[in-house]
Amino acid sequence: MTAAHSVLPTLAPLLPELILSVGVLVLILYGAFRGERSVEGVNVGALLLLVLAFFVVVTQPAGMKVTTLSGAFISDAFSRVMKGLVLLGSAATILLSRDYFQRERIDRFEFPVLILLCTIGMMVMASANDLIALYLGLELQSLAAYVIAAFHRDDLKSTEAGLKYFVLGALSSGMLLYGASLVYGFTGTVSFPGIVSALHGDPGFGIVLGIVFVAAGVAFKMSAVPFHMWTPDVYEGSPTPVTAFFASAPKMAAVAMTVRLFIGAFPDVTAIWQQIIIFIAIASMALGSFAAIGQRNIKRLMAYSSIGNIGYALIGLAAGSEEGVRGVVIYMIIYLAMTLGAFAVILSLRRRNEMFETIDDLSGLSRTHPVLAFCLAAMMFSLAGIPPLAGFFAKFYVFAAAIKAGLVALAVIGVVTSVVGAYYYLRIVKVMYFDEARAPYEAMAPGLRIVLAISSVVVILFWLLPAPLVGAAGAAAKSLF
Amino acid sequence: MFGLGILSGLLIVPLAGAAFILTLNGDEESVKRNARWAALATTIITFLLSLVAWGRYDATSSSFQLVESHAWLTDTIRFKLGVDGFSMPLILLTTFLMPFCIGASWHAIETRVKEYFVAFLVLETTMIGVFQALDLVLFYLFFEAGLIPMFLIIGIWGGKRRIYASFKFFLYTLLGSVLMLLAIMAMYWHAGTTDIPTLLQTRFPAQMQTWLWLAFFASFAVKMPMWPVHTWLPDAHVEAPTAGSVILAGILLKMGGYGFIRVSLPMFPDASHLFAPLVFALSVIAIIFTSLIAMMQTDIKKLIAYSSVAHMGFVTLGLFTMNEQGIQGALFLMISHGIVSGALFLCVGVVYDRMHTREIAAYGGLVKRMPLYAVAMMVFTMANVGLPGTSGFVGEFLAMTGAFKANPTVAFFSVFGIILSAAYALWLYARVIYGKLEKPSLQGILDLDNREKLIIAPLVALTIYYGVHPAPILDTFAPSTEALMTSIRTALSNTQTAAAALPIAR
Repeated sequence: MTAAHSVLPTLAPLLPELILSVGVLVLILYGAFRGERSVEGVNVGALLLLVLAFFVVVTQPAGMKVTTLSGAFISDAFSRVMKGLVLLGSAATILLSRDYFQRERIDRFEFPVLILLCTIGMMVMASANDLIALYLGLELQSLAAYVIAAFHRDDLKSTEAGLKYFVLGALSSGMLLYGASLVYGFTGTVSFPGIVSALHGDPGFGIVLGIVFVAAGVAFKMSAVPFHMWTPDVYEGSPTPVTAFFASAPKMAAVAMTVRLFIGAFPDVTAIWQQIIIFIAIASMALGSFAAIGQRNIKRLMAYSSIGNIGYALIGLAAGSEEGVRGVVIYMIIYLAMTLGAFAVILSLRRRNEMFETIDDLSGLSRTHPVLAFCLAAMMFSLAGIPPLAGFFAKFYVFAAAIKAGLVALAVIGVVTSVVGAYYYLRIVKVMYFDEARAPYEAMAPGLRIVLAISSVVVILFWLLPAPLVGAAGAAAKSLF
Repeated sequence: MFGLGILSGLLIVPLAGAAFILTLNGDEESVKRNARWAALATTIITFLLSLVAWGRYDATSSSFQLVESHAWLTDTIRFKLGVDGFSMPLILLTTFLMPFCIGASWHAIETRVKEYFVAFLVLETTMIGVFQALDLVLFYLFFEAGLIPMFLIIGIWGGKRRIYASFKFFLYTLLGSVLMLLAIMAMYWHAGTTDIPTLLQTRFPAQMQTWLWLAFFASFAVKMPMWPVHTWLPDAHVEAPTAGSVILAGILLKMGGYGFIRVSLPMFPDASHLFAPLVFALSVIAIIFTSLIAMMQTDIKKLIAYSSVAHMGFVTLGLFTMNEQGIQGALFLMISHGIVSGALFLCVGVVYDRMHTREIAAYGGLVKRMPLYAVAMMVFTMANVGLPGTSGFVGEFLAMTGAFKANPTVAFFSVFGIILSAAYALWLYARVIYGKLEKPSLQGILDLDNREKLIIAPLVALTIYYGVHPAPILDTFAPSTEALMTSIRTALSNTQTAAAALPIAR
């Protein structure tokens, strides 16, 4: 009872966020005083902070479910798993970015700092238990993301990507905020448990409108169709490590936020949002599969691939059940490994100071770099959902949840689009294995090697020991119901 | 060892061999040589290991044997392996054919030798896995995983149109299979498990059976392949390297038939009964139509590929007669076709390695220069036709006996398949082997060398042996077939009683 009377809120659940927040301030000061010479130190510091926060997150007592800051912030198994993924994604980004930024001569200490700020925002998104906290986390994440999209500030494409992302992102934030205000107006509260108890029976048109706007806002953040337009341009224009970042960590946070919002705040009005999610899922899967076929640039291809993958993940949410959320969490775990692995390979396509990023540049990679080609082929078969690679299990759990929920049509559309999608993933394998070899690329940087090795192990050997990850995802899903 | 049984061993040995080959290093020639010998050794060890498993197997029992079960996805989706009368012969067929494939690739494959044998060994693991899996998710995992190495084998070491063929093969099979995956999930939520022995005891509602049957049919029909979804097969066969064709015809096609007998017939008896006329119709069309197509082919491999589709028509026909003779015949035909069509592709490979063409018109009069080859080819051609005394006869005869019992009209039409198969096979033989040796390019062609004799002689012996003495194979199938028949009959009579009782209940 002492906590309720204390002036300070309970801070223990916030420990990972606090570590990062204090750490990032220290790093900014260090960077500001040391100037350009601090880059190495700030990078190492940021990496250590992320690793430290990761260990704090995973060692938080299992089964703990506490709220703090007057119920605005919740820490449960779900938030812990999603934060773990966010932190891994951010740490991997820093590993992937070092070599690239040095060679492009845009190696500044602001980058890791911005990644850390973005990460704090994402962690708040995963833990937000009311609409205000959700919006705060989202904006912190977004503002940092706009800046790093344009991080290559002398590059026309990069600045264009940043600007595009900002303008469209601001619009979507506005929509989210508008929806949130409608929900607040019709329920009288912003807290998720409060909304649950305020909504009974027929919620009325205002709530429906509110949910639609909120859904539009979160769909933008997840880059789900029809709010996906920014994705290919931003992915292509941003510096490649930043693209890897956008495809990994923020996706985890956006999905975490979406799941908690719909399952946590609107569990009794499933019928309203389920049809929205089903539509978004179908549209994303279909567009992700068909639009990717014509792409020549790997980064654009990965953009469409990420759109499609969000569609598959949302199938689990559409099911609206505990199995569904478990499926979403497993999907995100495996998707993170596949994406980071694929980008580690893309970042290795370098000869002297030139980066290569079209599909034809992969031609004959199996001759010149057998290991690299093997890993990328594993990622591609996995993205296509071919067993025994991890991507199969990701799809297995979400489709199983959809079948259990009776969404057979959705599942059938999903598997058919996955076959269409398999075509373009196979095309990359074809280019690497069936086509003639080109000149070899330079040796991989150590950071890339680490990321590629870890993600390949997860993707290729997941089937041997699936229990730990599936168990963690199951616990995460359980904590929401 | 490590709590793993002999069946796990059959999965691990090829993978271990593949891993060993991957680590080979050194100058190109020695890597090639070592990779070949390592692959051969691995496949022979696997074959011997499967013989050990065969020795421990009790052929008089219909239950699953050598069962091992390990924790996997959940408590109810386990890594469970086991064999019964249906799967044991197919496993032996797989492990038996693999050394021949390695032998056939000895000189035919000169580029990326290491990767080639790795792909083949991984493929062997997935094929054995399909026949051993006692869990539907695990079954699906192996069923699909085989696509990856086969895609690479066709695409990297194939002929001119290899890329088209590999994509067609992959996407066709994948589209069929994903529907099966959804059906597996539906079964999981209904029965609470994907354990095959448990599912065999589960009665699914009739309405649900219909949908599940169709979903599984989509997958197995493509894999078989049945008319009209057979079009991937001729392309894949023609473009694949010789050993790839052998595996495709010998083993991969049998997965469809195995799926029918393992899942569709016992788990969905009502739906199988309902759809039997559809299967009969498609089978008869396949038998007659693809035999006619085979006759008009100018490419030897393509001709054999179409004849495979026709023979698979007999298999589906026999399976869905749902009587002992039909099912036993279909199963025997699967084994026999595995040996015979595999051998035919090996024979095509022999002349292809010499002349680098598969055009029928490029050959003629080979008997003058290659008498041994002509004899071997004669045996396999006769077995393909179904001449009594060869293994091809037993299966087709039993399948048609079963068909006659189930539906005489269907049996009547399927007989034309035998006549047509005699026509195309003998005509092929006449054009390639007989006639005058006129073509200048053929003047210097050599007969079988020792390696080729070693590969082809055992297959000739088996073809004739099983034609004269089919009992060992039939006896192995028999207990499982009997158990299957009992369970189908009980299920169908239950349904009929229920249907008869319905008006009274009203």
